[in-house]
Amino acid sequence: MTAVAGAPRLSRRIGEGVFLTFCWVATAIAVLALAAILWSLLSQGIGGLDLNIFTKSTPAPGSEGGLLNAIMGSLMMCVVAMIGAVFIGVLAGTWLSEFARDSHYGKVIRFLNDVLLSAPSILVGLFIYEILVAPLKGFSGFAGAVALALIAAPVITRTTEDVLRLQPIALREASVALGAPVWRTILAVIWKSAQGGMLTGALLAFARISGETAPLLFTALNNQFLSLDMTKPTANLPVVIFNFALSAYDDWRRLAWAGALLIAATVLTVTVIARILAREPRRS
Amino acid sequence: MTATTDIPPAVAAAPPRSAFGAAFDRGFEILCFASATFLLTALGGIVVSLAIGGWPAFQAFGFAFFTSAEWDPVQEIYGSAGAVAGTLISASLALLFALPLSFGIAIFLVELCPPVLRRPIGTAVELLAGIPSIVYGMWGLFVFAPWFAKHVQMPIMMSAKPGTLWEKITTGVPNGAGILSASIILAIMILPFIAATMRELLLTIPAQVRESAYGLGSTTFEVIRKVSLPYIRTGAIGAVMLGLGRALGETMAVTFIIGNAHGFPTSLFASGSTIASTIANEFAEATGVLHTSSLIALGLVLFIITFAVLAIARLLIGRQANL
Repeated sequence: MTAVAGAPRLSRRIGEGVFLTFCWVATAIAVLALAAILWSLLSQGIGGLDLNIFTKSTPAPGSEGGLLNAIMGSLMMCVVAMIGAVFIGVLAGTWLSEFARDSHYGKVIRFLNDVLLSAPSILVGLFIYEILVAPLKGFSGFAGAVALALIAAPVITRTTEDVLRLQPIALREASVALGAPVWRTILAVIWKSAQGGMLTGALLAFARISGETAPLLFTALNNQFLSLDMTKPTANLPVVIFNFALSAYDDWRRLAWAGALLIAATVLTVTVIARILAREPRRS
Repeated sequence: MTATTDIPPAVAAAPPRSAFGAAFDRGFEILCFASATFLLTALGGIVVSLAIGGWPAFQAFGFAFFTSAEWDPVQEIYGSAGAVAGTLISASLALLFALPLSFGIAIFLVELCPPVLRRPIGTAVELLAGIPSIVYGMWGLFVFAPWFAKHVQMPIMMSAKPGTLWEKITTGVPNGAGILSASIILAIMILPFIAATMRELLLTIPAQVRESAYGLGSTTFEVIRKVSLPYIRTGAIGAVMLGLGRALGETMAVTFIIGNAHGFPTSLFASGSTIASTIANEFAEATGVLHTSSLIALGLVLFIITFAVLAIARLLIGRQANL
């Protein structure tokens, strides 16, 4: 008599039960961790979130202030970084998908881009310090933006290549058959038909860099005042949060929590939008 | 995947219509090529600049830089062993916690999850991956650490018998910060990445293979253990290495909660430091040439470790998991 007939043996049923329970518990732990973090952010951060945050610059301890300079600095650096990263990333991804395909050099670039994608961001900061901050003898918002661009570019390269590869060959052939040169085929047909996916990639890259702290610590540094000059040290939300959170002043810590809530809300909203955009084309 | 790669690149092979078009096509291709090469140059530039920047430190301390755990900015003596040990220990512990949990989550999402819950739970795990490192750090220091000290650290330290090994590895200041706390926060951070890759890998298993196993009367546990896991083994190891790579280089969260003490970590609850946290803490304030150079040399060590881990991970995962 084998175990095939009837219900599984008791030992197998127990093993199964333990295993299934473990999977449920593991998932519950992850969901609970997310809930706990979001709850802390909301309960600690919402109190400090008033109009001052958006209208005043970071204060001295004990006086009233907000995060205006940090928000502006972060926005400027992220925008500049995204312009550079989209330019490099989209073109590099296009090269990998349309020109390189399975050539050896293409494989090398693809592989190293994947490594760059998950390389520690603090090393990117050190690199930019070495080539931009130390030779020019000064921290600058521009150096920070370059560091962020270097973190965003591999993400965009990867998503661009993936989404371009999904475009049917027939689409390219149709365009070429109409007499369009290669560059027009890519710009007006391939990019156009892949624009949803490319936008998703850019949004995910934006979400990734908007919370990055490590590469800004010694590139953009910080600035107590509102400044639109990116050749000088520039305030930014992550570094302000880092400094204020570890300070001994209660009002600075309150600002840090408010800033953390702002950043997390931005990142999570952008991530969700990117995911929704990514889902749309598959349905149709 | 092979379906797209086997077809010749129709676009690149097409004959352009005019001389102008040909010149423009060539220019566009060169522009794309230059951008791709730029990424390669950037990675090469990171290695070269770290090697050049770290050279004075290597020269001053020689091999002792790797074997000594002394880190003394006052006397200008620097050794990387303490930070390297802290990095490896915290990342390994994080992997130890994250590994079973992320496998459980991936299997839950693929095999067990009621369809209604699949999307919300999948999104929740994705969001966990999206939360910035610095938010994990704040949460870890201000919310998790006090809770951990009160409900985990204190009871363990109270109950540890004096003189035993257990007592030795659980001594420390019960403030919630330290190696173990950092590892737990790291585990939460890398868990969604491993789970997402595992989930993609599980979805590549042909339905017939799993269904045949179920058809033979296997339980879910047996299907996973004897059919699914062997099928994705190589990729799964890659996914784990990818998680390890992230844990090794994670900076801000660790800086908040590891306690930032130099030297070898002496127990699970003791303060320590990792390569990344040391750089984050000291680089902006480093004044001496040797101090700066030693920190950059640390960065080179971190680069070599993570590059090796990530390269192995990427080779193992291949591209089929699409992550």
